[in-house]
Amino acid sequence: MPTEEREEITLHIPDAPFRPGDSPTFEEWTWNPGDLIKPELDCESDETYQHAVGLVRVLNDEGDAAGEWNPNLTFEELEEGLEHMVRLRIFDDRMLKMQRTGKLSFYMQSFGEECVAIAQTMALNEQDWIFPTYRQPGAQFVRGRSMVSMICHCIGNTEDNVKGRQMPVHYTYKDGRYISVSSPVGTQFSQAVGVALASKYKKLDEVTITWIGDGASAEGDYHYGLNFASVFKAPVILNVVNNHWAISTHYNIASGSTNFATRGLAYGIPCFRVDGNDFLALYSVTKWARERAEKGLGATHIEILTYRAGAHSSSDDPSRYRPSDEHEYWPGGDPIERLKEYLIRNFDWSEKKQEVLEKKIDEEVVAAYKEAVTYGDLANGPYPSSDTIFTEVYENVPWHLQEQWDEMKKWSVE
Amino acid sequence: MMVEMNMVQSVNNALENMLHKDSDVILFGEDIGYFGGVFRTSDGLQEKFGKHRVFDTPLSEGGIAAMAFGMGINGLRPVVEIQFADYIFPAYDQIVNEIAKVRHRSGGEFWCPVTIRTPAGGGIRGGHHHSQSPESQFTHTPGLKVVYCSTPYNSKGLLISAIESNDPVIFFEPKRCYRGPFYGDPHNVPTWKNHPEAEVPESYYKIPLGQARLAMEGSKCTVIAWGTMVHVAEQAIRNSGISCDLIDLQTLIPWDKETIVNSVKKTGRCVIVHEAPKTSGFGSEMSASIQERCFYHLESPIERVAGWDTPFPHTTEWDYMPGPPRIIAAIKKTQEE
Repeated sequence: MPTEEREEITLHIPDAPFRPGDSPTFEEWTWNPGDLIKPELDCESDETYQHAVGLVRVLNDEGDAAGEWNPNLTFEELEEGLEHMVRLRIFDDRMLKMQRTGKLSFYMQSFGEECVAIAQTMALNEQDWIFPTYRQPGAQFVRGRSMVSMICHCIGNTEDNVKGRQMPVHYTYKDGRYISVSSPVGTQFSQAVGVALASKYKKLDEVTITWIGDGASAEGDYHYGLNFASVFKAPVILNVVNNHWAISTHYNIASGSTNFATRGLAYGIPCFRVDGNDFLALYSVTKWARERAEKGLGATHIEILTYRAGAHSSSDDPSRYRPSDEHEYWPGGDPIERLKEYLIRNFDWSEKKQEVLEKKIDEEVVAAYKEAVTYGDLANGPYPSSDTIFTEVYENVPWHLQEQWDEMKKWSVE
Repeated sequence: MMVEMNMVQSVNNALENMLHKDSDVILFGEDIGYFGGVFRTSDGLQEKFGKHRVFDTPLSEGGIAAMAFGMGINGLRPVVEIQFADYIFPAYDQIVNEIAKVRHRSGGEFWCPVTIRTPAGGGIRGGHHHSQSPESQFTHTPGLKVVYCSTPYNSKGLLISAIESNDPVIFFEPKRCYRGPFYGDPHNVPTWKNHPEAEVPESYYKIPLGQARLAMEGSKCTVIAWGTMVHVAEQAIRNSGISCDLIDLQTLIPWDKETIVNSVKKTGRCVIVHEAPKTSGFGSEMSASIQERCFYHLESPIERVAGWDTPFPHTTEWDYMPGPPRIIAAIKKTQEE
């Protein structure tokens, strides 16, 4: 039976709100610190509805902390957080510069999102597992990884702990319980549930934290992760980092809803939307989620609202698809500036001390870089031995691989 | 009119031709709309044809393939992009169990004329998740046609045939060759400028699926390759000084039996080159089929030059990708009495 064509029926195709040439405008946030209470740890998911549609904040517009989510951190803890965020930003700057000279093939910075992994990792215990994407390298600073070791990975030299096998920024750091980063987006999110359940099976007080981007939350893995975490009450903290952009894909195209946090409610998981550039709020909500997991009450789902201030990667040119100054209009501001302001207003901190800190870290980064390149870099070598192509494919080398390995040695370009 | 194009432009031009020709052709994928794709292959097409013809999707390869299935069985002709072939696997179930088999399972009542374009292969320092060449994962799936282009000219003609095919087609584009042929030397990478295969008609034309291209003609050995390896093999043949047929397979399923069999019967010797891992690579199928059909004409064992059976490395990729020296050695080995 033929159907009648009707002119008014049109395909709905979403778009980003602003494109190059547009003047971006964002609505002022209506959520303030103190608006949302701390639920009981054993709350039902429904009781977090307001937390999912609202925004958990601690730092107010003036730069002071308010409300019951204030974690009341000591000056030393706050200074550590600030220092790691500054470290990550300066480290990223240096690595991008190195990338442009060919010393590494590719780079991905965390610009504007430094708070995410740093505040959250600081809120965890050291035995907890970190299952990151490429946008959470900052967790490694919290876990004490040497910067030299991180650079050696990125520039693929003889000291790269993953032996030149991965693209830059795809770190592995087992000593810090920081699990290997994979390029296919989203896979870690559902895998993290398995890591968490293994800890529980072994009766260990370990919690697993993982992240996924707003863009990658469209992958099946996001939904598998939420469902399995819910069914098995996994001790896992499931974060969606809503940084507005997945390469050129605005979150309007990732989801038909503008809210990511509430999705967890349908799975029976408590949900929070958090000001992702507010160190104190992010720390506090993560601490709550960790305590809930520790008590055997299951997972927490968190939307971290932030903004990808930089390019997706060194291969990307965001000026082709968004106004280049868009992030300056976004109300969330800069995570480093906001924590710095809070410290200046409430503790013995100052612009002068900030400058001294930045200078100290800059020297630290330069020294680490200088040491790292003594082990080689991608432009000049030396590289990990070509034998590393064949090792660790299996636990032991099977005969057919051994034959190919022997053959490769005849042709090695080294 | 003939215009010099690189392979980004020729793919773009093929898509533009088909968007003009057939209003049922619809393009979607990750970053392909407003931005024009991370490799720029759909640059400008949304502006020209509108958002309802060329649009961005959520990051969900499984969702993209499933939506293509649905649109395909309901009369459209979707052309979708999977941003890197390495990322096709979340769509694997939809492609292998659904798109490939719906014609058969529905007794021919439904079919799915979907084209899945995906940049594949190594040589761009992409490590193991931006370098793979997974053609044999799909040649092993009944119901799919599998194409692997290699030049601006054949990418356009083959892509138009793929889009017009009423069967689903997986269309691999060797990303190493988007902006120039690659002859195996990472320190000397030319552009497509002045290359004869970069002369591309702006208007519609087709290269039939199932037809190979004789890229070089010779007498002593048949060298079969696809994608980037066509150019690497060309360099190897030139360096070897041995007269060879170089066959650019172009379509892997269904492959061009006549061209291959005639060539091997003529030369009596054969080398197959691909960058995907050797074991269960499409070279295995070629080798077995050739010996079934040409056994009494073969003067020496068929040689395979392929990627190692390992993940694709990042810093040491030139020890992984087959280069001219390995291909020359294989050609010479076939010449031994």
